[in-house]
Amino acid sequence: MARLNAQNVERAKAVIRRYPRERSATIPLLHLAQEQDGYITPEAMEHIGELVGATAAEVQGVATFYEMFKHEPVGTYLIGVCTNLSCMILGAEQVLEHTEKVLGIKAGSTTVDGMFTIEEMQCLAACGGAPCLQVNYRYFENVTDERVDGIVDALRNGRDPEGQSIPPHGTLSNITLPAPTTPADRERPEEIHPAPQGVES
Amino acid sequence: MSVTASQSVVFARMGDPEAHTIDRYVATGGYEGLRRALSMKPEDIEAATTASTLTGRGGAGFATGQKWSLLADAYPRYVVVNGDESEPGTFKDRQLMERDPHQVIEGALITAYAVRATRVFLYVRGEMALAQERIGQALVDAYAKGYVGSNIMGSGWSIDVVLHWGAGAYVVGEETALLESLEGKRAFPRIKPPFYPAAKGLYYQPTIVNNVETVSTLPWILRHSGEEYAALGAGRSTGTRIMCVSGHVKNPGNYEVEAGNITFRDLIYAPELGGGIRDGHTIKAFVPGGGSAPWLFEDHLDLTLDPGPVAAEGTMLGSGAVVVMDDSTCMVRAAWNLVRFYSHESCGQCTPCREGGNWMEKIMWRIENGAGRMEDLDLLLDVGQTISPGSFPHASNKATGLEATPWPYRMTTICFVGPSAVVPMHSALTRFRDEFVAHIEQGSCPVGAHA
Ligand SMILES: Cc1cc2nc3c(=O)[nH]c(=O)nc-3n(C[C@H](O)[C@H](O)[C@H](O)COP(=O)(O)O)c2cc1C
Ligand code: SF4
Ligand code: FES
Repeated sequence: MARLNAQNVERAKAVIRRYPRERSATIPLLHLAQEQDGYITPEAMEHIGELVGATAAEVQGVATFYEMFKHEPVGTYLIGVCTNLSCMILGAEQVLEHTEKVLGIKAGSTTVDGMFTIEEMQCLAACGGAPCLQVNYRYFENVTDERVDGIVDALRNGRDPEGQSIPPHGTLSNITLPAPTTPADRERPEEIHPAPQGVES
Repeated sequence: MSVTASQSVVFARMGDPEAHTIDRYVATGGYEGLRRALSMKPEDIEAATTASTLTGRGGAGFATGQKWSLLADAYPRYVVVNGDESEPGTFKDRQLMERDPHQVIEGALITAYAVRATRVFLYVRGEMALAQERIGQALVDAYAKGYVGSNIMGSGWSIDVVLHWGAGAYVVGEETALLESLEGKRAFPRIKPPFYPAAKGLYYQPTIVNNVETVSTLPWILRHSGEEYAALGAGRSTGTRIMCVSGHVKNPGNYEVEAGNITFRDLIYAPELGGGIRDGHTIKAFVPGGGSAPWLFEDHLDLTLDPGPVAAEGTMLGSGAVVVMDDSTCMVRAAWNLVRFYSHESCGQCTPCREGGNWMEKIMWRIENGAGRMEDLDLLLDVGQTISPGSFPHASNKATGLEATPWPYRMTTICFVGPSAVVPMHSALTRFRDEFVAHIEQGSCPVGAHA
């Protein structure tokens, strides 16, 4: 599997319809491909290019620019530990080290069973809850070594860590957004009040 | 010390765990601002916004009403809400999007109506799964109840709001990079001019880019009045703004304050705000307005949170993020951490940013690890000069009689990411040169533990 499957092509078309220009859907469609395959394949980039009217190289240029897009398989659970300033001064380096020890891998790599990948993250906009980490982009704030143990243990045993459900990596689009009601190439909005004097309508 | 309670404007619903649902939102005055707006002419909303003195909360502090007035006379035109929040230390927009998503949508709708936009895009940072879900659900509900879509609230006015999300790149927050990204491209900041997306923005059509907190303020202004908002605060910090306080304080968190009425000392030490430095420690330095803002120190605690005096001290209130570092913090490592961030996030278009950031990061890392040389200190300043020539802004130092160099800096780069990498290096080195020297002489970090 690599090109978007039939169901995802329908989803892709619905996404494209939200934008005045097709190419704007590139990033959402890359997320869709990642949701399908777990990472971005060359075939998916080519397919997305066909759907949005861009070359495979243009899509690849985008896919490699943004850090959330992976180009090889990653763990079922992506553990991202923030080590930016507010987190660092409150112990993030220790949290990262502990996570590496518990999983037996270094940041940037994946466990052999394919279950976990550790990433070092930049400021996650949770500095008030420093140090913090994310599992598949779900937040855990004020983390300690003990809580890391608990989170990893829950995930290994198929439980929701701390009661938070963690959808598989790549799942970001589980809400079906409404289709636009106005034409994409609409020139002007309705004037609902008489135009004031001196202003052309 | 006690601080007079601030009026709750944008954070009014923060205590309510159900505020993100449409029923709770409507029951607490939600969409009343939009109703009010739709009874007015767009020009009058712009006038009310100008009267409110509201300025952008994304970092640049540009007057919102004035920004709207710069729109080129062309259609279609767009409104883009910047929810890419990733400036180190800043965590207010995420909270607003997660806990009060309808307020963001309502503010975006008011903006769209005021500027006669043809479509609205909400650009949410890629890593914020919950914010995306909450805004997505809010949009589904708002469409169903007729607050978004065609013939909104029976007014005859129609607009669509599109939720868009990124995929991890700090530079997307820069508004022209945001627009490139929304066009489905790499987030390369655009070369200026054109200076304002209001002239040429999304698809090179007139576009208003406003921050999440900025638009979240509009429903309140419409329900009350521009004048009432302007009466809050003082000086050039009128109204309220959210300050994100983190680091070595007892009560880290977001605080909505009438910024013009308080000082950094109030913000960091007042029991109802930051609560002071953790026990047994004293303050060493603080970042006053997000990672891009030159640092301030104990000498500057009595500064009012007002852009004027803060700029005179060589820095800015920026995104409203205050990161407090106590005496246990190694200044070399703290500054290296931020230099690493900006160099890592360089999009690579400008040589001084791409190469200079990288070099500063490497040099600081070797100093931190005891492998630095004395020449490295001048080398750092020299690299800084290639990114930002001339005298770089920094704060005064009472002890040494050093005078402040006022904000802002000059730059050789397309956007502010390059100079932002110079900021922490320059701040730390200007104030704590002795600490850098100690690292070099001792051949190791004299502070040791980094937590
Ligand atoms: C490197 C860089 C990063 C930025 N990041 C953000 C951001 O994450 N969120 C934001 O609202 N503004 C950010 N800005 C500011 C935006 O360019 C823009 O000024 C702002 O979104 C305009 O909205 P406002 O007038 O309501 O503040 C950033 C600017 C630069 C130069
Ligand atoms: S300053 Fe840095 S991030 Fe900004 S455009 Fe230049 S290279 Fe890119
Ligand atoms: S520094 Fe870690 S979330 Fe901001």
